[in-house]
Amino acid sequence: MVETTEQNREGADQRRPDAEMTASEVEVWFVREVLPLEAILMRYLRHNWRDRGDIEDLRQEIYVRVCEAAQRQIPDMAKPFVFTTARNLLITRARQGHVIPIEVVADIETLNISTETPGPDRNVMAREELRRLQAAIDRLPARCREAVILKKIEGLSRREIAARMGIAEATVSEHLATGMSSLASLLYGGDPGRAP
Amino acid sequence: MTDANWFAANAKDIDTQAAIWLERRDDQAWSAQDQTALDAWLAEALAHRVAYWRIKAAWGRADRLVVLRSAVSDAPAPRGRFIPPVLLKIAAVFVVVAVAGALAANMLTRPKDRVFTTPIGGHEIVRFADGSQVELNTDTILRARMTTDQRVIWLEKGEAYFQVKHDALHPLIVMVDNHRVTDLGTKFLVRHDTARLEVAVLEGRVWFDVPDGRMQPPSLPLAPGQVAIASGRNVSVERKSMRTLTNELGWRRGVLVFRDTTLADAAAEFNRYNRQKLSVPDPAVGFIKIGGIFEATNVGAFTEVAEDVLGLRVKDHGSEIVISR
Repeated sequence: MVETTEQNREGADQRRPDAEMTASEVEVWFVREVLPLEAILMRYLRHNWRDRGDIEDLRQEIYVRVCEAAQRQIPDMAKPFVFTTARNLLITRARQGHVIPIEVVADIETLNISTETPGPDRNVMAREELRRLQAAIDRLPARCREAVILKKIEGLSRREIAARMGIAEATVSEHLATGMSSLASLLYGGDPGRAP
Repeated sequence: MTDANWFAANAKDIDTQAAIWLERRDDQAWSAQDQTALDAWLAEALAHRVAYWRIKAAWGRADRLVVLRSAVSDAPAPRGRFIPPVLLKIAAVFVVVAVAGALAANMLTRPKDRVFTTPIGGHEIVRFADGSQVELNTDTILRARMTTDQRVIWLEKGEAYFQVKHDALHPLIVMVDNHRVTDLGTKFLVRHDTARLEVAVLEGRVWFDVPDGRMQPPSLPLAPGQVAIASGRNVSVERKSMRTLTNELGWRRGVLVFRDTTLADAAAEFNRYNRQKLSVPDPAVGFIKIGGIFEATNVGAFTEVAEDVLGLRVKDHGSEIVISR
């Protein structure tokens, strides 16, 4: 009934147990399974690590470790895997810093991390998603927000945005790049849906 | 590399670089050399790739904002458009931000995208100037850029049936996330669910392109009766009979056609068309097979069958109807 296509046979889709996962497979898995966990991951990190300045670096390090493992084999359950990785990293870091915050070891059990995968982000209704996006965009700095709106809603090119806003194209690029990385943190890490 | 020091590099710096790459890639001036440079940067470190994926995913989510545009810019509402009031309200907020100070410069010419949406239970037919026709099923968002030199339709969500007026020089392209369906003179159906994309060809041929052409053979030709199903990492091709495909298109006549369909699948189908959701909590009940033709928006007719013919219990809880033994 199901024909396996050429693509399946030669391409990246076949799941051989020892095969290295391709970059696109890891990306799909990362975006679908790991990114939706970012909000609770950030809460976990903030709760268990005193130095706020380290949080983003910790998050990145966890993502790298998790994806490194996924390149060899996609983990069956993203959530426990991500949080075990997070805890191990915190413990390692704490030892290197000669400080072992007690919560690091204790807190993982109390965080109520179930092994069910569906995160709330997966099935958000279109409207709910729009509200989140709007809330996230509202939090961007004014000029940056304007550039993002012109790009995403009006579909203007960089040059057109520059003309409309009366600024240099290079400045538009800066605004858009800032907007992009801030949006990622607002959409995944923060909780813009409940922003005031 | 990851364990060597505290952090391989500052996360903020990498995020910034990733965003700069993405921003550049988004623009028209992007060249093959640029792509090579980007590939090299990505290959340099997993941290680069992860940052890039993350920001790309967020930026892609923001594509949804385009539904707000129609309320902002276009003047006369074309046939088939429906803007839910809530969107108009959200849009109004944007009008203030986006249009203030920007109207004066609105002379710039560029192709205008048109957005078409249907509510749950909706069904609309859109006819384009080139003679092509697109039918939108329930709960669908579609954006179209139909100009003399470009025909692109983005299916943001939902399901649509395309009857394309062929033009070899300007093939009509349907984009779903990063998947691309290129018409070669055709009637085809595209259905975009949360985790699954289905492309079924009824007449003619299409090319189906999967994301990231570097990793996989770029294109897959699809002939009538062939159905490409992409979910996550996998793409497979099934063959379906014309009869099955015609049944799946029952929604064009406002009906759902079930043949040896499990009660669970039938309930899921009804739930696409109705706000009042059917729920079949008991798997044993869910496996019961049924057949028949039902009006898509007439849940009552369906629950009557469940009650009278199958002898099941039907309990109406308002927003949910539970079918059980």
